[in-house]
Amino acid sequence: MASALPGTAATALPAAADVALEKRVTALAEELRCLVCQNQTIADSHAGLAVDLKNQIREKLAAGMSEGEIIEFMVARYGDFVLYRPPVKATTVLLWFGPPLLLLLGLGLFVRTVLQRRPQTAAPLNATEQARVQTLLGAGDKERP
Amino acid sequence: MPADEPPRTASRWSRMRYVLPLGSFLVLAVLLGIGLGLDPREVPSPLVGKTAPHFELPQLHRADEQFSEKDMRGKVWILNVWASWCVACREEHPVLVALSKSGVIPIVGLNYKDQREDGTAWLARLGDPYLLSAYDEQGKVGIDYGVYGVPETYVIDKQGVIRYKRIGIVTPGIVKEKILPLVGELNRENYRAN
Repeated sequence: MASALPGTAATALPAAADVALEKRVTALAEELRCLVCQNQTIADSHAGLAVDLKNQIREKLAAGMSEGEIIEFMVARYGDFVLYRPPVKATTVLLWFGPPLLLLLGLGLFVRTVLQRRPQTAAPLNATEQARVQTLLGAGDKERP
Repeated sequence: MPADEPPRTASRWSRMRYVLPLGSFLVLAVLLGIGLGLDPREVPSPLVGKTAPHFELPQLHRADEQFSEKDMRGKVWILNVWASWCVACREEHPVLVALSKSGVIPIVGLNYKDQREDGTAWLARLGDPYLLSAYDEQGKVGIDYGVYGVPETYVIDKQGVIRYKRIGIVTPGIVKEKILPLVGELNRENYRAN
């Protein structure tokens, strides 16, 4: 099924007539990461490989493959990394749940800090400190003309 | 003045106020430091451990002759994806020439999305480390092998299973530390014809 025969390497040009197909191609291309320019989808990218992969998507959709099958095709070759929404599994648990977990932790710390806040009152001075205050204030008075 | 000291728990807490941020900062710094050393282009390939995808392509030098990965069954071999337009391939080239001269392992080229004349001229000028090169004009075999950054290199065992993949330049260090030990190991495995 997936064997690309050497003879069938048709140059798939965007056919203006088939708007529905193009829409599906674009929708799928927006789900896939361009591995050459890693922060772009293959829909956005003009890299050679992205164009090739878009053509692959178009050919395969036209040949009747489903979106799911095409995603499987891509993952088998490039790994979960091609997916902008990788599946939840052991290796991606941290990726999926790390940020919400950090957010909860931050909120927890914030709430805790706010609840523990007490109005700040100055500690009463002890005898030595009182005496020092007196001398200092007294000294200031004496210097006044 | 012991009387003025705040209660013990509070002192522990106030010390934590300094230790915690400092600790988190250090952990973060170490993680980011490790991150700097990683190559984001090196994406783990799902193909390692799987049978090399089947292909049949005309050869680069002899367009009327075909090459298939099946032709290499029973041998440990390297598939190296290259192109004359690929600057990094030129950097990698002398390493492959040296490896090829050592005769340890046959290297097959996959000339990827290239012009036939450019590819042959490139090899004529720089030397040809390849047993032969298959000519993937459309890049379709490249897609089946998950190629996204030429050069890419696969070590394939006697059963036709991909055992190692390198994305980017094969350096003398990689040959010495990764490829040669692996090839030695794979050569000791028996071939089970199936």
